[in-house]
Amino acid sequence: MTASGTDQRQQLAYVAAQAADARLNVEIETEGMTLNIGPQHPATHGTLRLVARLDGEQVVEAEPIMGYMHRGYEKLAEVRTYPQITTLINRIDWLGSFANEVPFILAAEKLMEVEAPPRAQWIRTALFELSRIANITLFLGDMAVQLGAVTPVFMAFRDREFVLNQIEAATGGRFHPNFDRIGGLKDDLPRGWIEDTKQAMEKMRNFCDEFEELVLGNEIFQARCRGIGIVPPEVGLAYGLSGANVRASGVDWDLRRDGQEALAYDQIDWRVWTHPDGDSFARYWVRLQETREATHMVDQLLDGLPPGPIMAKVPRIIKVPGGEAYAATENPLGEMGYYIVSKGDLVPFRVKIRSASFSNMSITPWLLKGVYVPDIITILASLYFILGDIDR
Amino acid sequence: MTGATAVSGLLAAEVPYWASSIIKLGVVALVVPTAALILGYVFLMKMMSFMQSRLGPMEAGPYGTLQLLADGLKFLQKEDIFPDKADRTVFALAPLVVLISTFLIYVVIPAGPDAVVAQLDVGVFYALAVSSLSVVGILMAGWASANKYALMGGLRAAGQLIAYELPLVLAVMGVVIQAGTLDLQKIVSAQATGEIFGWGGIGNPFILTQFAGFFIFLVAVQAELTQPPFDMPVAESEIVGGYQVEYTGFRFLFFFMGEFGTAFAFGALASVLFLGGWALPWGDLGHWGFNIAGPVIMLVKVLAVSALIFWFRFTYPRLREDQLQRLAWKFLIPLSLVNIVVTGVFKVVL
Repeated sequence: MTASGTDQRQQLAYVAAQAADARLNVEIETEGMTLNIGPQHPATHGTLRLVARLDGEQVVEAEPIMGYMHRGYEKLAEVRTYPQITTLINRIDWLGSFANEVPFILAAEKLMEVEAPPRAQWIRTALFELSRIANITLFLGDMAVQLGAVTPVFMAFRDREFVLNQIEAATGGRFHPNFDRIGGLKDDLPRGWIEDTKQAMEKMRNFCDEFEELVLGNEIFQARCRGIGIVPPEVGLAYGLSGANVRASGVDWDLRRDGQEALAYDQIDWRVWTHPDGDSFARYWVRLQETREATHMVDQLLDGLPPGPIMAKVPRIIKVPGGEAYAATENPLGEMGYYIVSKGDLVPFRVKIRSASFSNMSITPWLLKGVYVPDIITILASLYFILGDIDR
Repeated sequence: MTGATAVSGLLAAEVPYWASSIIKLGVVALVVPTAALILGYVFLMKMMSFMQSRLGPMEAGPYGTLQLLADGLKFLQKEDIFPDKADRTVFALAPLVVLISTFLIYVVIPAGPDAVVAQLDVGVFYALAVSSLSVVGILMAGWASANKYALMGGLRAAGQLIAYELPLVLAVMGVVIQAGTLDLQKIVSAQATGEIFGWGGIGNPFILTQFAGFFIFLVAVQAELTQPPFDMPVAESEIVGGYQVEYTGFRFLFFFMGEFGTAFAFGALASVLFLGGWALPWGDLGHWGFNIAGPVIMLVKVLAVSALIFWFRFTYPRLREDQLQRLAWKFLIPLSLVNIVVTGVFKVVL
């Protein structure tokens, strides 16, 4: 038992030493800083909040907090008739509004078992691509302004007008067209629209060339973007990334080509752009190429526009038969889908919106570990989210 | 002819020390806001707008010339807000420190043979020393605001300005070696009377021999002014204005005036050191002629240099803090050292 007495003393000494060590460590260890980025911050495009634990300028961990702009569209859709819902969902991704309507209408058409006539499908596809251009153009300018170059964003706003004018001329709405109908479109194209649109597409191609030199060719831009925020393909897919974010990681996946929806993509000649790097630069590059590709697609769609009616035969009062349907399309921000559950009423029983930005944002805690504070901005800008698309 | 002699007679008349001091003080006190107004209007408002395919201010005064005055008046009307946990004294003093450092640079900048507040033998040294005083003000602002963004901005500014002080000074060393003096007036006359391989047609503006120094000087000035591509201390899209984030009203106005006043001062310094200052490369206007024409000649040169500085500002994205340090320590400082060595060798050989 004498040994145990010694042991106890040793143990006490050990504990005391440990405690002293711990105190010392507490004193030496510098306290981290919690930086609250947002909800009001210029880099968050609205009201995203990012709680970042910092060690100096380095991020230990960052957590996005969403919901500051939640408008309850899924619930609101349950008390609105199908034609009324398109007004709501226009406001999800407000930069490319027409693209929001298409998957919803397609899902409703599936339930009603109607199909839009070919002309309506082609015009739908053309407007879809126009809204993609209107959306991505702003990203191309905005990413530069997030990195501190103010000039490109003005050029982006300037040239985006050409596309918005065409969307307005065809649909009557610049930002919220509300033009898609179950079974077709509201109207046919106005006279002279096709020529004007082709001229606008020419201007957008010039815009893309200009930006390829002005932004992508800039050495500082490359230094800020290359190797920043690398998303390996398997990680990106595991987090549910879609759209250009996953194509920039080298995953050759595009719902326009791989999806089954009734749009005219399979009848024109185009390609899917991918980039092997998966960093912020690759994401910008892929989006720029896709914008240029979209202008070519619009040209082809307008050249091959089939004649015929613009509207299929649908009843005046739309009652969707009971059942469930899901339709997803490749929206400017990524995969967007609507899951509609109908009980045969004027209003849907439940609408689930799968918006791209929500899933794209979910990778940020993984991606932001260990980066510098300026890189937070680069990564957020290159992931490209729209708050309305996150919070709905 | 008689008019000119009358003017020069008036100017040559003996002025008591106190009167000349007051006049000089008044001139410097006028020059800083005027410089800020000129640069702010010509470059920040108009040049930037034209580069971005817009018109800029058009309503206040002809072509919006009075816009900055209107903005200044607006700032004066704003409530003077102190953050709750701010260190009030330091918070209030910080913009003044920045502004004073700007004022002090103007003391040695010559705009004519006599049009200078104080002709110091160590003019270059003095100008660079007081210009770095603004770091203290920025650090004070960042610390006293009791704001994390402001603190980060202040620390970034301190790190950046210290890193770029060195290339700034080393870039100027080449000029000093070539002119053989630290006196700004003598540097001007060295350029005016200099010869290029025996040909004195345009004097010898040091930009021709010190182009590397001029380049390094401009880059370092860009960092000193915290302008893009080196505007991390104020980066709007990251730390939302940095050390300025808690400032409102006339204190913010002081920061603004300090920034643009310093830009003008550095433009003046660059034109004195590299472009020949108030002297014309051809034609001698005489002592009093230069006293009157000198400020105008200086203004033209300063605007040319400022156009360059602001052109960078509106064109480039922002570097990251570590990339900026790498650029300073691994590229600019070795380059300026090489420049000094080469200049020294030529000075000995020729």
